[in-house]
Amino acid sequence: MEKMTVGLFIPCYVDQFYPGAAIATLRLLEKLGVNVVYPMNQTCCGQPMANSGFEHLTHGCNELFIKNFAEFDYIVAPSGSCVLHIRDHLHNENNASKVEEIRWKTYELTSFLTDVLKVKSLPAKFPHRVGVHQSCHGQRGLHISSMSELVAPEFSKPGSLLKMVDGIDLVDLNRKDECCGFGGTFCVTEEAVSAKMGKDRVADHLLNGAEYITGVDMSCLMHMEGILRRQGSKVKVIHIAEILNAG
Amino acid sequence: MRDKMAEQSTKDHSTLANEFNRDEDRVNWHDETLWWIRQKRDKTVNQVPGWERLREAASQIKNNVLSNLHNYLLQFEKNAIANGIEVHWAADAAEHNRIVHQLLNKAGEARMVKSKSMLTEECGLNEYLAEHGIEVIDSDLGERIVQLAKEPPSHIVLPCIHKKKEEIGEIFHQHLGTPAGVSDPQFLTETARQHLREIFLTRKVALTGVNFAIAETGEFVVCTNEGNADMGAHLADIHIASMGIEKLIPEKKHLAIFLRLLTRSATGQPITTYSSHFKTPETGKQLHVILVDNGRTVQLSREDFRNSLKCIRCGACMNTCPVYRRSGGHSYHTAVAGPIGSILAPNLDMKKYADLPFASTLCGSCSNVCPVKIDIHEQLYKWRQVLVKDGHASAGKKAGMHIMAKALSSPISYRLAGKSGRWVMQHAPFAITNKLNPWYKQRDMPNPPVWSFGEWYAKNRKKN
Repeated sequence: MEKMTVGLFIPCYVDQFYPGAAIATLRLLEKLGVNVVYPMNQTCCGQPMANSGFEHLTHGCNELFIKNFAEFDYIVAPSGSCVLHIRDHLHNENNASKVEEIRWKTYELTSFLTDVLKVKSLPAKFPHRVGVHQSCHGQRGLHISSMSELVAPEFSKPGSLLKMVDGIDLVDLNRKDECCGFGGTFCVTEEAVSAKMGKDRVADHLLNGAEYITGVDMSCLMHMEGILRRQGSKVKVIHIAEILNAG
Repeated sequence: MRDKMAEQSTKDHSTLANEFNRDEDRVNWHDETLWWIRQKRDKTVNQVPGWERLREAASQIKNNVLSNLHNYLLQFEKNAIANGIEVHWAADAAEHNRIVHQLLNKAGEARMVKSKSMLTEECGLNEYLAEHGIEVIDSDLGERIVQLAKEPPSHIVLPCIHKKKEEIGEIFHQHLGTPAGVSDPQFLTETARQHLREIFLTRKVALTGVNFAIAETGEFVVCTNEGNADMGAHLADIHIASMGIEKLIPEKKHLAIFLRLLTRSATGQPITTYSSHFKTPETGKQLHVILVDNGRTVQLSREDFRNSLKCIRCGACMNTCPVYRRSGGHSYHTAVAGPIGSILAPNLDMKKYADLPFASTLCGSCSNVCPVKIDIHEQLYKWRQVLVKDGHASAGKKAGMHIMAKALSSPISYRLAGKSGRWVMQHAPFAITNKLNPWYKQRDMPNPPVWSFGEWYAKNRKKN
């Protein structure tokens, strides 16, 4: 089989604020034998506008996304939220079949690892106590892990990968899948509730002794990092790609 | 009359939620109380084999009802009339209120006892009747408490969940003459029982809500934990039942599915203490049903939002909603609060409720607990699109979104904006780390890196 080529889709805020998470994603995929290309002209998937009710302004982003990514075998992003946006809301009237194809070949990083690459082991080492934040769009939108509301067998794609990491100590949380309150523009339009939700989520991790909070979405982690740093906490946030690529 | 209602009508969810959050201990208490109910729900539903199949069955039955509503309504009317029930049709809240008023006038009664009915909250019945000199006493304990406090319910199943027992003790002290400082729940409940007993024995007209109306048999079912609907209805000469037209189910056998789902979802109980069937009036007494539209047929015509009418009013979406738990029911400034209220209310008045679909992180927990599988969070997203297109976004937000969309449509302007943004954060952080930035109020900004990933990639990896 010819080696697959993956288009690396890096969310705009990861590109600008958390290049380390993007570099870890790139190196991890390469380590697993994937040919990875980062299309230089990518910007944003358009989700900030769409979630604010301005989906009709996202055609520029949609066109750019199609142009940048249509050619790849798969499109992989270190984000559940942005991938969910592409899966549910990428539109282009002139390119319906291409859009349909792009939607289904776009993967959130951990589910690409478990479902496409079928990773069974990782050469990673991270000897720390880690709390896992279940980002809602990855969990309830892309179903990358089971949800506490449903009566269904438990599973977790990111969790199964973290368990392959040498020395990691995963902490249990009191509320295992409550939203952190980031919510895109919600974080500023509903500042009081957003910050309170973030404080409560962080408190759960602190109470259970986490040294790091990880997850598949840097946006949730950025929100919780803002709260941790304001509180003067030494606990750090880290994207799951950085743990899976560590050591 | 309701001080809180008047105050709320001028403020949006964010403002009211901000006020609620001034007392963090209270927010914690409210959050934990409702989370405890969510946990009770989880525990119970996990004991039911085939829970997810039950939800699916209920969802499909309700879809069938909505697709054939016209026929089921006529079937229900025909069978109800045959049972001796008088059936009334109300196109909107005003007509509903007039019908109730006329029935009271005809009977020569100026006093009525009423059990839980969110529909009458939606219609503003109590206020309307008060203006016409009619006294209404709510007989559900929680509703009686908020009625005495001159507040609307903050939750459709737990109307006074926002009140602590000490506050209830104070209300009872003021209105029902209990000693000051007494907050023992058993004592207060006994006081309410004695107070309401006198009401039940003396009121000739009783109004109840309807949980389920059965087209096949022309009967309806009222679910309560306190038996207050039964006490009111059985002791009165006239029983008026108000129901939204979406409350129908086709056949009596379907009731088993809904009764198993309703209270497990609502409070984690296996079933309501009383699930009472009303079919024919007692000899010499009257039984009325008012079928109320009030915007429901409009919602039915909205393809993206019609299935919100599947709702059986269990309140599970409120208990699980991380925003509801931390903003309180009154912050939604509408009769039905929380996620379900946020997709129902804009149908009634887009301008007034334009804020509600934005009072959510779209986390999706609401859709997962919904016993009739309403895609609540997806409808919240869709309402946002409708409201913006209909002109309900502020000028500032509109301008900001246009600028953002333009910048993100061009790789060159995106890179420039990113680079200059990071430069400002490094060299002039005071432009961002100030109180005009809502992010910065309780959260630090991320440390801006010197280079973006794109810049790193161009330098280290780009081959051509």
